[in-house]
Amino acid sequence: MNNEYSNIRIFATLILAMCLRIAPLPDSLAVLNPDWVLLVLIYWSMAIPERVGISYAWGFGILTDVLMGRLFGQYALAYSLIIYLVLCFHRQLRQFPLAQQSVFVFGCLLISQLLLFWFENLKAPAQLHSSFWLPVLSGTVSWFIVYHVMRIIRRW
Amino acid sequence: MALLITEYRSERLTPVRAALSMLTDPLKYLVDLPISLFENASNALTSYDTLKTENAHLHEEQLIHKTQLLKFEALEKENIRLRALLENSFKLGEQVLIAELLSIKLAPYEHIMVVNKGTRFGVHSQQPVLDANGVVGQVFRALPFSSEIMLITDPNHAIPVQVNRNGLLTIAVGSGIVNQLNLPYLPNNADIQPGDLLITSGLGGTFPAGYPVGIVDDFPQTSNKSITHITATPKALLDRNRELLIVWSNSTLLPLTAPAIKTSAPHE
Repeated sequence: MNNEYSNIRIFATLILAMCLRIAPLPDSLAVLNPDWVLLVLIYWSMAIPERVGISYAWGFGILTDVLMGRLFGQYALAYSLIIYLVLCFHRQLRQFPLAQQSVFVFGCLLISQLLLFWFENLKAPAQLHSSFWLPVLSGTVSWFIVYHVMRIIRRW
Repeated sequence: MALLITEYRSERLTPVRAALSMLTDPLKYLVDLPISLFENASNALTSYDTLKTENAHLHEEQLIHKTQLLKFEALEKENIRLRALLENSFKLGEQVLIAELLSIKLAPYEHIMVVNKGTRFGVHSQQPVLDANGVVGQVFRALPFSSEIMLITDPNHAIPVQVNRNGLLTIAVGSGIVNQLNLPYLPNNADIQPGDLLITSGLGGTFPAGYPVGIVDDFPQTSNKSITHITATPKALLDRNRELLIVWSNSTLLPLTAPAIKTSAPHE
């Protein structure tokens, strides 16, 4: 694969994911909006771990922080941790069937959401609604879509 | 990474955030683009008839407002005179900037909106934000090309208010539900009725005094009010407006009494 082309692809998909993250959905759907950036990062670090690593995760984490107006570094930390996990297990993950992968993704999203929950509570001990956890489930479901779409993009 | 979080508390990273927002703000505008294009198109395609009726309606409204303003000017002068008699100070008029909402959604569990005016237009954090009907919220964070506005219904937001009928002071806390404010800090014997208008009291310094905030909802009239949960509906159309007003309220008071003017003269 040509280096430059795949770089453009990586950035384009991540930017698209960031756009999806702030899409103006109606309230009932907005609580389901999964963490697209993390899903795309997981895919790339699984597919080409030698290219997309923790530095990507950290950089896009910081950008997501600024985009979403979160505490500085909370997405950066969560993403770096998850991508570290993915890098550790990427050989096994590639062999897994899609259903088994989605279980792993579920775990990743749960850890990331747990970290974010902790940071949000640190900022202001507000009563977060239980719908805060819904993106973990919707993210696991959308992993099937992300996986197929990203594979088409990668092989294109 | 943990350093980043701790350092955030000292506000030292604000310029870094401003610089990085140059990269992310185009995304906000990009996401907003299809919606604003659609709105522009539908505006352009409205028929002549609807425009005509709307124009007539607005004319009528303006006439009513103008006659009300005639009286208002006289009242304002009278107010200044009376305040001068009391050796009090008078607040200068407020300056406003119209900002347009970007239709993006940051976090569904927070009531934060993004508008298209930022520090480039002199917006700074903690500025009050209004719409045509009442108080909307305050500027939470100002970035160069956009700024985040926390609505009064955000669970982390509280606004000092006053009952317009009798001047009873209290605090309205956001409920996390659109179109609902909670009034948790009321004593048992508080004189408050359904339908009371709540206005900003000006205490706390962020919000200028006298702007409408909300109307007290119906609650069961029992002898023991502490059990009933008193709520209010915001006057501002929080979920329907696209144009908002960012206000610069002058915190310096204009002295009107004679001795005050004398003391300020040597400075010039």
